[in-house]
Amino acid sequence: MKRTPMNTRQVAKGDRAFFGISSAASFFTLALVFLVLIFLSFRSWTTFAEQGIKFVTGSTWDNTTNPGTFQILPMIVGTVLISMVGLAIAVPASVSVAYFIEYMAPPRISKIATSLIDLLAALPSVVIGLWGMMVLVPQASEWSGLLTQHLGFIPFFRNTSGNTLGSPFMAGWTVAIMIIPIITSVSREVMSRVDKELISASTALGGTNFSTMRRVVIPTAKSGILGGILLGLGRALGETVAIFFVLNLIFDTNWYHILEPRGGSIPSLIVAKFGETTPSELSALMAAGVVLFIVTLIVNMIATSIVQRSEKRMAS
Amino acid sequence: MDVQASNLTTSLLDRESHLEARNIHVWFKERHVLSDVSLQFPANSVTALIGPSGCGKSTFLRTLNRMHELIPGAGLAGTIYLDNEDIYAPGVDPVSIRLRVGMVFQKPNPFPTMTIKGNVLAGLRLSNRRTRDENELVESCLNRASIWNEVKDRLDAPAGSLSGGQQQRLCIARSLALAPDILLMDEPCSALDPGSTRRIEETIRELSADMTVVIVTHNMQQAQRVSDQTAFFLAEEGQPGHVVEFGNTDNLFSAPNDPRTEDYVNGRFG
Repeated sequence: MKRTPMNTRQVAKGDRAFFGISSAASFFTLALVFLVLIFLSFRSWTTFAEQGIKFVTGSTWDNTTNPGTFQILPMIVGTVLISMVGLAIAVPASVSVAYFIEYMAPPRISKIATSLIDLLAALPSVVIGLWGMMVLVPQASEWSGLLTQHLGFIPFFRNTSGNTLGSPFMAGWTVAIMIIPIITSVSREVMSRVDKELISASTALGGTNFSTMRRVVIPTAKSGILGGILLGLGRALGETVAIFFVLNLIFDTNWYHILEPRGGSIPSLIVAKFGETTPSELSALMAAGVVLFIVTLIVNMIATSIVQRSEKRMAS
Repeated sequence: MDVQASNLTTSLLDRESHLEARNIHVWFKERHVLSDVSLQFPANSVTALIGPSGCGKSTFLRTLNRMHELIPGAGLAGTIYLDNEDIYAPGVDPVSIRLRVGMVFQKPNPFPTMTIKGNVLAGLRLSNRRTRDENELVESCLNRASIWNEVKDRLDAPAGSLSGGQQQRLCIARSLALAPDILLMDEPCSALDPGSTRRIEETIRELSADMTVVIVTHNMQQAQRVSDQTAFFLAEEGQPGHVVEFGNTDNLFSAPNDPRTEDYVNGRFG
C-alpha cells in the first residue's frame, strides 16, 4: 500500500514569519530575565563577598565604617510578613466580593462593580500609597490600637512600642487594597465558569448563599482562585512605593508582631536608600535586589506547587 | 387506647404530604409564559407533566420548590399549598421549602469535587444539619435510589467516576438524604440510555410508596409507565402555556377529552 507522506512542515509563508517573530519574542523575554539577574549579581558581587552569609542572617545596616556592615534579615522577614498580612485581608474580601458580583448582585450592579474593580486594579501604586498615607493610616492606626487593647494577649497583636504607625499591619492594609482588585477579578472570572447546574443543585438541596459559596463554588473554582492569589502575592512581594509611604524602616527583625513599627521591606529599603548611597552601599542594595528576586522565586514556586498538588487531587 | 390509636393515625397521615397549585401564572419580565395552572398532587402519587418543548412544564415545576424566583425578572401569581400552607406566604423561608420539596435535574449534576458519600451528605452540609449516623443514612439513601450495590465498595471515589445513569441515581439519593415529602424530577432520564431509564423508573415507583413525585417528561411511554395522573401542558401560538387536560393517566392516554391531547399523545405533533 502506498502511503502519502504528510508534510507537516509545509506551512504558509505568513505562518513561518509569525512563528519566527513569536519565538524571537519569547527568547527575548527569557533573555531579559537572565540579563537582569546577571547584571544584579555582577553589581552586587562585592557585597556578597564582603558580608558573606551574614548579609541575609544579620540585622545591622551601617555605612559609616569602611567597609560598611550591610545585613538585611529584617527586610526579608518584613517583605514576607507584609505580604502575608496583605493576603490575610485581601483573600477573604476578594473571594466574597467576587461571589457577590457573580451570584448575588442584580445584573446592572454586577456590571458596574466589575468595571470599578478593573479600574481599581489599574490605579498607579503611588496614588494608592498617598491615599494610604493620608486616609487609611489614620483609620488603621485606631484599629491597630483597638487590636492591641483587646487582643494584645495574643502575641500576634502585641505592641509594646506605644506607637501604632508604620507597622507591617499598615503596610499589609495598603498592599491588600492594591491586590484585592487583581484577586477579585481573577476569582470572578473562574467563578463565572462554574457550571450553573451545580449552583441550582446546591440551592435545591437547601443551600444558602454562604454554604453554596463555601461547599460548591470555592471547591470547584479553587485552582483558579489560587492562581489569582498567586498573581496578587507577586505584586505584594514586589510592591515598593505604596509601602514606602506607610512603613517604618528599622533594622530590627520583626518576626510576627504585626502591630509593632519595626522591620521593613526590601523594595522600600532600596527606594529609601537609593538616592544617597556610598558605592559599597549601592552594591548592597543591588544584593538586596538579588535576594528579593530569589525570595519571590521561592514563594512563587511553593505557591505553584500547592496549586498543582490541589489540581492533581481534583483530577484523581 | 382509642386516643393513642387515633394519634398514631394522625401522625402517619402527617407524614404524607400533598401539594396543590392554585391559579398559577408565571411571567419572565413582561412575557406571560404560564397561565392559570391549577393542579393537585395527592400524597404518595406520581404525576407526570407532559407537553411539547417551551410549554412551561419545567417552569411550573420550579415554582413548586421556590427555585423559580431565583431567575432574574421572574414573576408569579397564584398560590402553592404544601399541606394546606402557602409556601409563598410572607415569612416563609424558601430554604425550608426546598428541604421538604426535593429536586432532580435533567442533566445529572453531582458535585464533582465531592466523593460519592460526600454527594449523598451534601444536602446536610449545605443546609447545616446533622444526622446521628451518617453511614447508615448514606447506605439507606443509596439503597432507595438502587445504586448501593454498585458503589458500596468505593464510597470515597469522586462522583465524576460514575456513569451518567449512576450519576443520576446518585443525585436521587442526594435528594432523598434530606427526607423530602415531595420529589420533583425535571426530565430525569432525557440524558440517559434505555437501561438506566428503566432502573430510574423502577426507583420512582418504589419511592412513591412514601413520597409524592412530580415528573416532567417528554417520553409518553414513560408517563404511562410511572404516573398515576398526568397533566398535558400546551402553549399555543403567541399564548402563554396552560393545562389542556389533567386527570388519571390511563384515562388521559386511552380516552382523552380534548382533541389536542389526543393528537399529542398519539404523536401527531410535539
